[in-house]
Amino acid sequence: MSKYYLNYLDELESEAIYVLREVWAQFQNPVILFSGGKDSIVVTHLAKKAFYPSKIPFSLMHVDTGHNFSETIKFRDDLIKELGVNLIVGSVQESINEGRVAEEKGKNATRNALQITTLLDAIESNKVDCAIGGGRRDEEKARAKERFFSHRDDFGQWDPKNQRPELWNIFNGKHFEGEHFRAFPISNWTEMDVWNYIKRENIEIPSLYFAHEREVVWRQNSWIPNSEFLNLEENEEVVTKKIRFRTLGDITITGGIESDADTVEKIAQEVSAMRQTERGNRSDDKRSESAMEDRKKQGYF
Amino acid sequence: MIDNNQLLRFTTAGSVDDGKSTLIGRLLYDSKSIFEDQLEAVENTSKRKGHEGVDLALFTDGLRDEREQGITIDVAYRYFTTPKRKFIIADTPGHIQYTRNMVTGASTANAALILVDARHGVIEQTRRHAFIASLLQIPHIIVCVNKMDLVDYKEEAYNNVLSQFEEFSSKLLVKDVRFIPMSALLGDNVVNRSEHMDWYQGAPLLHTLETMHISSDINKVDARFPVQTVLRPQREGFIDYRGYAGRIASGVFRTGDEVTVMPSGFTSKIKSIDAYDEILDEAFAPMSVSITLEDDIDISRGDMLVRSNNKPEASQDIEVMLCWLNNVDAKPRAKYTIKHTSNDQKAMIKEVVYKIDINTLERNSEDKTLSMNSISKVKIRTTKPLMIDSYRENRTTGSIILVDDATNETVAAGMIV
Repeated sequence: MSKYYLNYLDELESEAIYVLREVWAQFQNPVILFSGGKDSIVVTHLAKKAFYPSKIPFSLMHVDTGHNFSETIKFRDDLIKELGVNLIVGSVQESINEGRVAEEKGKNATRNALQITTLLDAIESNKVDCAIGGGRRDEEKARAKERFFSHRDDFGQWDPKNQRPELWNIFNGKHFEGEHFRAFPISNWTEMDVWNYIKRENIEIPSLYFAHEREVVWRQNSWIPNSEFLNLEENEEVVTKKIRFRTLGDITITGGIESDADTVEKIAQEVSAMRQTERGNRSDDKRSESAMEDRKKQGYF
Repeated sequence: MIDNNQLLRFTTAGSVDDGKSTLIGRLLYDSKSIFEDQLEAVENTSKRKGHEGVDLALFTDGLRDEREQGITIDVAYRYFTTPKRKFIIADTPGHIQYTRNMVTGASTANAALILVDARHGVIEQTRRHAFIASLLQIPHIIVCVNKMDLVDYKEEAYNNVLSQFEEFSSKLLVKDVRFIPMSALLGDNVVNRSEHMDWYQGAPLLHTLETMHISSDINKVDARFPVQTVLRPQREGFIDYRGYAGRIASGVFRTGDEVTVMPSGFTSKIKSIDAYDEILDEAFAPMSVSITLEDDIDISRGDMLVRSNNKPEASQDIEVMLCWLNNVDAKPRAKYTIKHTSNDQKAMIKEVVYKIDINTLERNSEDKTLSMNSISKVKIRTTKPLMIDSYRENRTTGSIILVDDATNETVAAGMIV
């Protein structure tokens, strides 16, 4: 075989770097949507590689639900410092205080859907014309339809049935004032690819991904972390378990799995043997068959 | 970890009736790429709809409207990995009104699976799929002769498809065509070898996909480097650094190579090829790198670095096979933005030479309309030269899209003749 071929991980990396450079070239004010989760950390790492020896030319934007894992916020602040980039925070609490959104009620109340308003407000007030996300097509069926460059109208909405065709690697980011784009450099990566890449590149990730002891409650088939934001039911019991998180979101909706994996190697091994999808522990996706599609149309990540 | 495994992208063409969704479902299911919660969801839906067993086609369900109508509207991407390769499937709808989605899925594919119902043989739709695959120069075509179980696994049915297809494809430019008799529904020759077709000596589909030679699908001869952006860090240690960032479109570049900057024509030598903090002796397509030159030359996005002894053509007049992708027809002599590699220019469609009837392959030089899903040969004039190769030689420097400035929509895709 010829020596002039890339292995799949190098090819995915090269593709993502290409996308990030296209974003920089085609937009005036792009940001990276940074959640503190592994996917946005990988995107940030790729941006570091894409523009080296220059600094990352994008701000990081974090939509803060107020229901955070404290580990995520510390990780975010340390990373910002190390990279020397600007941080923009959109606060859901402020959106609530300003009466832009109303808190959900009931046992399963979360701030997940409220983020949409805060995100779109932050995009508008900061004149962002492209928000780069860590969304992957393998995550969910609505995400499987995403383009690398995905258009949002002036209400921030996605129209999945009327998307611009995207051929070869020619991306069309042309838009009118008030509209914006979402760009997804790691569209073609799977969860396994992300872990293999984190391992290969030795990328630092929040401690929450590693197995640790934590107070949790069994709800909707996963271990939900106990926190001041959790409304306990009478029959629910707080127990301490050795768990780790497969995805990171709001502390109220992110379920953990029982695990002893305390290194990236062990996690990668565990993931490769995993028989449940990654978002299976996310109660935000369990609300209905088209929960993600509906949120995405309104402007969700 | 699978270190040296390659990535293979393939597209599937066929409608619901051909069993396309079932085939993809079978491939995912038998290669153990389906997760338990996905399986559970599909089992529940199958039960609710009154199907016996698991309806494999449901694994590829997409948007709400697609579920309700039982069709695929847009390209959906699916992923699976075997110990030998990582695969990306561009699952595209087969209906004629979705030709544009098929073209989209085909544009990045190494291989196309074309489904044929063994009972019906090659039909109009098969011809259309094969034509699009050849137009988009997909290097490998696999004709999946499906539903063999419904023709009692008889070799005769398979041979019929084979000869019908070959008669037709002799008019097309396809390099590598293979045929596999299968039953996606029952799993014959998809992942596992069929026990009902001893007369077939070839490999099942998955093994074919895993072992197919794809290293030479990318042009490794003509060195082309479209500049995406210029890196000027202006910070300590890199005060004078000026790197041209881009993804190599084709060919190989080495440190010390004499290069020409197009369209300006200035020449220089490659000083370094950088990939993050690594300095490389050589780099090849499709690597993303940053190239520095010995001389200070004015270079910006849209320019192209090429090896001085092998240049593309610089031209303002190009002939392309144009596939129209928009609901609004092209207006005569209308102006568009043309996007070619990292280069954006204004362009005008000067002349429609002929339109192709995609079912019969006949050329019609009377029909000058460019409307949704039409494929025509056209002449385009650009305001400044583009650095082009023919699409047949180079899928990256031989492709263009047109954008309507009034709507910003991508209205057409073209392959340079």
